[in-house]
Amino acid sequence: MNVAERSLLKPAKLNTAVAVELVALNKWYGDFHVLRDINLKVMGGERIVICGPSGSGKSTMIRCINRLEEHQAGRIVVDGVEVTADLKKIDEIRREVGMVFQHFNLFPHLTVLDNCTLAPIWVRKMPKKEAEDIALHYLERVKIPEQAGKYPGQLSGGQQQRVAIARALCMNPKIMLFDEPTSALDPEMVKEVLDTMVALAHDGMTMLVVTHEMGFARQVANRIVFMDEGQIVEANVPEEFFAHPQHERTKLFLSQILH
Amino acid sequence: MTMAEGDLAVTEIAFVSGTTIAPRPPPAAMTGAFGWLRENLLSTPFNIALTAMIALLIAWAVPELVKFLLVVAVWSGSDRDACLESVQHREIGACWPFVWERLPYFIYGSYPIPQRWRVDVFFAMLAIGIVWLLWLNAPRRDLGTIYFFVVLPVTSFILLTGWGAIGLQPVDTVLWGGVLVTIVVASVGIVFSLPLGILLALGRRSRMPAVRTLSVIFIEFVRGVPLVTVLFMASVMLPLFVPERLSPDKLVRALVGIAIFASAYMAEVVRAGLQAIPKGQYEGAMAVGLRYWQMMRLIILPQALKVTIPNIVNTYIGLFKDTTLVFIVGIFDLLHTIEVARIDPKWATPVTSTTGYAVAAIFYLVFCYGMSRYARAMEARLARVDRR
Repeated sequence: MNVAERSLLKPAKLNTAVAVELVALNKWYGDFHVLRDINLKVMGGERIVICGPSGSGKSTMIRCINRLEEHQAGRIVVDGVEVTADLKKIDEIRREVGMVFQHFNLFPHLTVLDNCTLAPIWVRKMPKKEAEDIALHYLERVKIPEQAGKYPGQLSGGQQQRVAIARALCMNPKIMLFDEPTSALDPEMVKEVLDTMVALAHDGMTMLVVTHEMGFARQVANRIVFMDEGQIVEANVPEEFFAHPQHERTKLFLSQILH
Repeated sequence: MTMAEGDLAVTEIAFVSGTTIAPRPPPAAMTGAFGWLRENLLSTPFNIALTAMIALLIAWAVPELVKFLLVVAVWSGSDRDACLESVQHREIGACWPFVWERLPYFIYGSYPIPQRWRVDVFFAMLAIGIVWLLWLNAPRRDLGTIYFFVVLPVTSFILLTGWGAIGLQPVDTVLWGGVLVTIVVASVGIVFSLPLGILLALGRRSRMPAVRTLSVIFIEFVRGVPLVTVLFMASVMLPLFVPERLSPDKLVRALVGIAIFASAYMAEVVRAGLQAIPKGQYEGAMAVGLRYWQMMRLIILPQALKVTIPNIVNTYIGLFKDTTLVFIVGIFDLLHTIEVARIDPKWATPVTSTTGYAVAAIFYLVFCYGMSRYARAMEARLARVDRR
């Protein structure tokens, strides 16, 4: 990786506002304690990469932030709004939080353009023309404006994931959640999606990214959070995280994924 | 190393293609009429046996049918004598003059003759509505939907039952009959069962226990009871509880019974479709901020209904034929009018019943096959649009 490029990215324009705050977050699936006393504060403009072995609760944690999963104890505050069972607040939070999934979750019965304009039109009550202009703008940004009239099934995995990113951006979110965005992609398509995410990071988007792409983490993350067995084991800036991992579990994990 | 003959395996390990192989047409046995026959009808001994059996069946049944319905059929006459073997001294097939004379009765029942133009107008309006709604490239389909679901029911109701204020003489539903009743009952069942079924299916999958329990009880209760019982309940039991003045019209009661019955079946069909939609679609819809009803209407139901089209149409076809059961509560649908006409002494001959039933069979076959073909075309179209 290019050092100059990294230094270009790193001095993040962090503002002082807290974007996401998790306080003593706990969650159970039946008897199984998936999230244990999670504390994490994410500032506006910060990029957090979350990694850890499968089943460590990383996806569950970020899915709690936009209430795709319910938590049973602790507090989640997103952009000043606490996540509770209150549907109004959930709506409010989902309007501000974009999410990109491992399996894209595009709507197969709608064209790429309609996938992107649906939420602005129905949730933001935006006029159709304006929504389409915005959608085309973001499709341009993810470099696939020429696919706007196609259906998701006609695109490659990488293209679909870029559409999913554009779809989330069309809502003009303050925070973006990425749940293993490249895990379901063929190897030759990973780069196009990561490039899109790097560009997004460059623009100062607040990002929480669950991924195993350590190159990406080195390049854009302000902090790397390592999770195991439902808790945060270690969190640090990438240089320190990779060079001097403190916890035994972190060392083992890194030795297994970095050959 | 020398290239002895035994070293062939060694030379085969490394391989580099020297040429690009151009596509060639398939062998002749795969294409053309002969290829099709071989592939589809004569591929295995079992297939050959099946083909032979079906060919024999067709050879046996079709000529008989054609002979009865067309070749030795009677085409003119004014009463039973025309269709009696003992009078005509020849082999007698279908008795068409009987059908021809009773055709108005089969279509309108006992609807007053001077008022029958109203039924014709209703048929025409319905036909326009159906074409507008089902023809996917029709202009202004939004207007078509309003026409079909709002304008058509209201005007049909006024037209068929009558409204003194605008000079339409009221016609009691007791006088309705034949194709009119069959079409009215089937249309009401078809139009109401889908939305009701969707609501019940969503209710059954609801997170709210009260809604879920009520939906389950309703669906299981209605499905657990024969349609005949539902109709009996509607027409015999209901008047016991409700004062006669307030008790709705007999036909209306049957319509409600059919709609409720069909919606319970439809609910299960729709539920199957809902379960086929991956969880990711719900999550994708929720993550972009859609509310429950928006998510259902814009994302989940369009996909769920699409995969259930074959089952929905299957339910509709069953419903269309089930409408014949209304005869049990004394309503004169097409089959019932045929039942009445075939025992009329004026036309009573050995072939009258067969002819009448043949008419019913052709009528139901045409409608059900039409629905089936439309559904197939729709599926093919949707499959083309949405290649996953």
